[in-house]
Amino acid sequence: MKITDDSPPVLTALDRPNSYIGRSVPRPNLQRLTQGRGQYVSDVALPRMAHVAYVRSPHAHARIVKITIDAAKNATGVIAVVTGAELAKVMTPWVGVLTHLKGLKSAPQAPLAVERACWQGEAVCAVVARTRAEAEDACELVEVSYEELPAVTDPEIALDGKTPVIHASLGDNLCFERKLDVGAVDKAFAEADAVVETTFRFGRHTGVTNEPRSVVADWNEGEQRMTVYHGTQAPHMMQNLFAKHLGIAEHQVRVLTKDVGGSFGIKVHTYADEMATVALSKLLKRPVKFVADRIESFVTDIHARDHRVKAKIGVSKDGTITAFEIDDLTGIGPYSVYPRTSGIEANQVVNLVGGPYKCPNYRAQARVVFQNKNVMCQYRAVGHPIAVAVTEGLVELAAAKIGIDPLELRRRNLIADDAYPTQSASGLKFELLSHHEALAHLDSMMNYAGLRAEQKKLREKGIYRGIGFASFIEVTNPSAAFYGVGGARITSMDGATVKLDAQGAIIVHTGVTEQGQGAEAVVAQCVASSFGVPLDKVRVITGDTDNTPYGGGTWASRAAGIGGEAAWQAGKALRGNVLAVAASILQAKPEELDIRNGIVVDKANGTERLPLDELARVAYFRPDTLPPGFQAELMATRHYVPRAWPFAFTNGIQGSHLEVDVDTGFVKLLKHWCVEDCGTIINPQLVDEQIRGGVVQGIGAALFEHCLYDERGQLLNGNMADYLVPMAAEMPDIECGHVVSPTADSELGAKGAGEAGTAGAPASVMNAINDALRPLGAQPLTDMPFTPDKILRALGKV
Amino acid sequence: MTDSAFDISLTVNGERVRERVDARKTLVDFLREDLALTGSHVGCEHGVCGACTVRVNGEIVRGCLMLAVQCDGAKVETIEGMSDSGEVADLQAAFEQRNALQCGYCTPGMIAAAQDLLRRGGVPSRDEIREHLSGNYCRCTGYHAIIDAVEAVAQARAGGR
Ligand code: FES
Ligand code: FES
Repeated sequence: MKITDDSPPVLTALDRPNSYIGRSVPRPNLQRLTQGRGQYVSDVALPRMAHVAYVRSPHAHARIVKITIDAAKNATGVIAVVTGAELAKVMTPWVGVLTHLKGLKSAPQAPLAVERACWQGEAVCAVVARTRAEAEDACELVEVSYEELPAVTDPEIALDGKTPVIHASLGDNLCFERKLDVGAVDKAFAEADAVVETTFRFGRHTGVTNEPRSVVADWNEGEQRMTVYHGTQAPHMMQNLFAKHLGIAEHQVRVLTKDVGGSFGIKVHTYADEMATVALSKLLKRPVKFVADRIESFVTDIHARDHRVKAKIGVSKDGTITAFEIDDLTGIGPYSVYPRTSGIEANQVVNLVGGPYKCPNYRAQARVVFQNKNVMCQYRAVGHPIAVAVTEGLVELAAAKIGIDPLELRRRNLIADDAYPTQSASGLKFELLSHHEALAHLDSMMNYAGLRAEQKKLREKGIYRGIGFASFIEVTNPSAAFYGVGGARITSMDGATVKLDAQGAIIVHTGVTEQGQGAEAVVAQCVASSFGVPLDKVRVITGDTDNTPYGGGTWASRAAGIGGEAAWQAGKALRGNVLAVAASILQAKPEELDIRNGIVVDKANGTERLPLDELARVAYFRPDTLPPGFQAELMATRHYVPRAWPFAFTNGIQGSHLEVDVDTGFVKLLKHWCVEDCGTIINPQLVDEQIRGGVVQGIGAALFEHCLYDERGQLLNGNMADYLVPMAAEMPDIECGHVVSPTADSELGAKGAGEAGTAGAPASVMNAINDALRPLGAQPLTDMPFTPDKILRALGKV
Repeated sequence: MTDSAFDISLTVNGERVRERVDARKTLVDFLREDLALTGSHVGCEHGVCGACTVRVNGEIVRGCLMLAVQCDGAKVETIEGMSDSGEVADLQAAFEQRNALQCGYCTPGMIAAAQDLLRRGGVPSRDEIREHLSGNYCRCTGYHAIIDAVEAVAQARAGGR
C-alpha cells in the first residue's frame, strides 16, 4: 500500500522524544465510520421527535397572497402547520452585514418567508408531522396563492435603472462594491509590449455534501433549554445565533455536532429552514427534525462563484508583468447570507488577484448585486478559484502571446523566496512563502520537459494533450480581521482543555470540529507529542458547546493551525502540572523530569521513574500522601489566536495534464500535481488527502458543475442526475509535494491546507485545455465549466 | 396515498425480521427507520450517489431505488452485517490506514461496492477499480486514496495472505 511520506518532523523544537508531529498516523475515529457506526445528525432519533417538511416557493419572486392550511392540518399524522407570520412571533429576522465591508447592505430575512418569496425554493410554510412522509404528504395539501413578481436574474442588468429593485427599502440592487487602484496602472499598460484582455466566467455551483444539511432541535420546556443536534462547522457561532434570534441566553442553548457528512463551507451559514426548525421546536415544545432532501439542497444550500470578471494583463517583451486590472461582477441571490455575508467572495477576488507576483500596478473593481436566485456565500476556497483562474489564465495567455514558456514567465515574476516579509499590491501581508521552490519542485516532479516533448510528438499524430499550471496563495489561520472586526460573533480563537484521567490517559476537549478533515487526529497528535503519551492514550472530544472550550470551529483552514496550536500548548501546560505532582511524589525537581511514552522519566537519561497511572492513582485517591498545601491540578486549558499576522498565507502550484478529444470535446484528465507549502506538516497523509479532495472539487468546477437557471429564475438541473459531480472513473491520480515554511506566529508553525486544491485546480485545468487547443487556433476557453459543447464551439466545430 | 401497507418478512444480516411497511417505503428508509440500521446512508434518493448501497440476495443494489416490499423473502446484508461477520475487515483496515475516507458518509456504500468487485477474484487495474466504483459519489477524498486502498486489498487477497 502506498502510504505517504512518514518522515520525521522538520522542526527540532517540536522533535520531542516520541513526537507525532510530522507522522502519518491513522485517524482515531475511523473504525466507527468504516463500520457504519457513525452518528450523523440524519441518524438522530429522539423520543416524541416530529419531522418537518417545508412548502417552498415555486416562483423566483412572488407576493404570497394567501396560505390555506385547513386540509393540511387535518391530514393523518400532522402535528402543526405553521406560516411565516406565526413563526415570526418565536424568532426574529436577521440581516447579513459586516461593518468592515463598508457600505455592504442587505434586507431582513425571516425563517419562513412573510408576504414575499424572493427565490425559487424559499420556504413559505412548515408542516410538522409524525413522519417525514406524512409531513410531505400534507405539504401537498397546503394551498398557497402567489402573485408573481418580475424576477431579477441577470447580474449585468441588476443595476440598470429599468430593472426592478428587489428590496425597495435598500434603494437599489447593489449589495456591496469595492474599488482599488494601486501604483500607476494606466502608465504600466501604456508601456507594456503586450496587453491581453479577456472575460472570465465562473458558473454558479454548490457544495453537494454527501450528507445533506440536517438539524434536530429539542426545546425542553421544563429546563427552558434548547439542544440542537446540528451538522455544522461552527457550533459556538450557531449557539449565539439560535439564542439571539429566539430571544434567550446563550447558556440556554447547547449545540451538539458529532459526525458531519461533508461540509466544505456549506455548513457554516445560517439557513432559514434550519432556523425555522429550531423555532418550531420552541413553539411545539418537542424535538423537531429537518433533513434537506437532495432537491431541497440544490435550491437552498448556498451556491458559490457565479462571477463575471473582465480582466487585463500587461507584459513587457522580457516577460515582466507590468499591470493587472479586473472588473468583477457577481450576483448573490436576494439576501446577503447571515452572519458571514455574501460580500466576502468578491472582496477576496480583489485581494487575491495578482497575489503571487511582484507586479506593483493593480486596479480592481468588484460589484456584488442582488438577484432572485438562491443565495450565494462562502464555499471551500472562497474567492480563490476565481482570483487564481483570472490571474493564472492571464499569465498563460500573456506567455503565449509573447512566446515565453509559461513556467519561465512565472519564474520571472513570482515574488522571490528571499523577499519576505513583504506584501502584495492589494496589501496582503506575507510572512514567508516559497513560490520558486514550489515551482522547481513541481517542474521536476512532473518531468515537465519530458511531457512537453511527448506533447509535441503526439500532436503530429493528431492527439492533443495540454499542460497547464496555476501558482496560488491561500488564506489560512484567520485572525479576528476576517469577521470579528466586522462585528460578527465569530471567534477566531480556539481552545483546548486537556485532562489526565484516573488511569493516566488523556481526554481533550477542543473547540474545533471534525468534518472528516482529520481535526481529531491532528489535535490528538499535538497533545500526545507535547504532553508525552502514546497516541492511543488520547481521546478527543469535539462538537459540544456545553463542554468544549469556546472556539470558532472549522472554516478557512484554521483547525490544524489554530486548534492544533491550542492543543499543543494545553498539552505542554498539563505536562508542567503533572511534573509538579511527580516531583512531589518522587521528591525530585520538576525541571529534571519529563514525560515520555506515558511514563515520568529522568530528563537527562530517560530512566523510568513513575508510570502515569500510578501518578494518577496517588493524585486522585491518596492525595493525603502528598505534601501539605500541595494541590494537584490535572486539567489545563489553553487558547490560541493568531496575532502577528492577519492571516497565515500559504502558497503552492498545481499542474494539470490532460487530453482533449477534438472530435467530441471530451477532456480526459491524465494526471494532476500539486506542490504546496502549509508550513509545519502535522500529518502528511491528512494534508495530502485535503489537497486531493480539494483538487477534485476544483476539477468539478472546471469541467462539470453548474447550477443552470433560466431567465425566470428557475433552477433547471437541481438533482444529481442533471448536475454533474466528479466521479471516480473520470478523476486522475493526484501527486502531492511539499515545501515547508512554518509560520513563526505559533510554536507549531502550522498553516492551513484545506483550500489549496480547490483554489488552483480550475485554473490549471483551464490552462491545460487552452494549451492543448492552441495549435488548432481555438479561441481560449474562459467560461467555466468547460463542457464538451463549449470546447467544440471554441474549435469552431459547432 | 399511504393506506397500502404490506407485511413483509425477510432476513437482515442473518436475523429474521417481520414488519408492516408502506408500499412506497424504500429499502434504505426501511433499514434506517424501521430497523435503526443507520450505517446505510441516503445521499440523493434517486439512484446516483451510491451512499445507500446494500446487498440483496448477494447482489449490490441501491437501497433508494428498491422498495422494502420488494424484499419480501429476501436476504439483505448491510454494512453492519458485513462488519460484524468480518467479511470486509481487510477493506475497512485498508480504508483506515490509507485515510480513504474523510467524512465517512460514502464509506459503507463504497466498501459494499468494492467488496462486490473484489469477490470476483483477481487483481483489477486502477482503471477497473475506478470504473466499478463510478456509481459511488465521494465529495471528500478525490477518490485517489479509495482506489489505493481497494488496490492494496486486491493484491493482498490475491497474494493469499
Ligand atoms: S441515496 Fe441511493 S443512490 Fe443516492
Ligand atoms: S468521505 Fe465524505 S463523501 Fe466520501
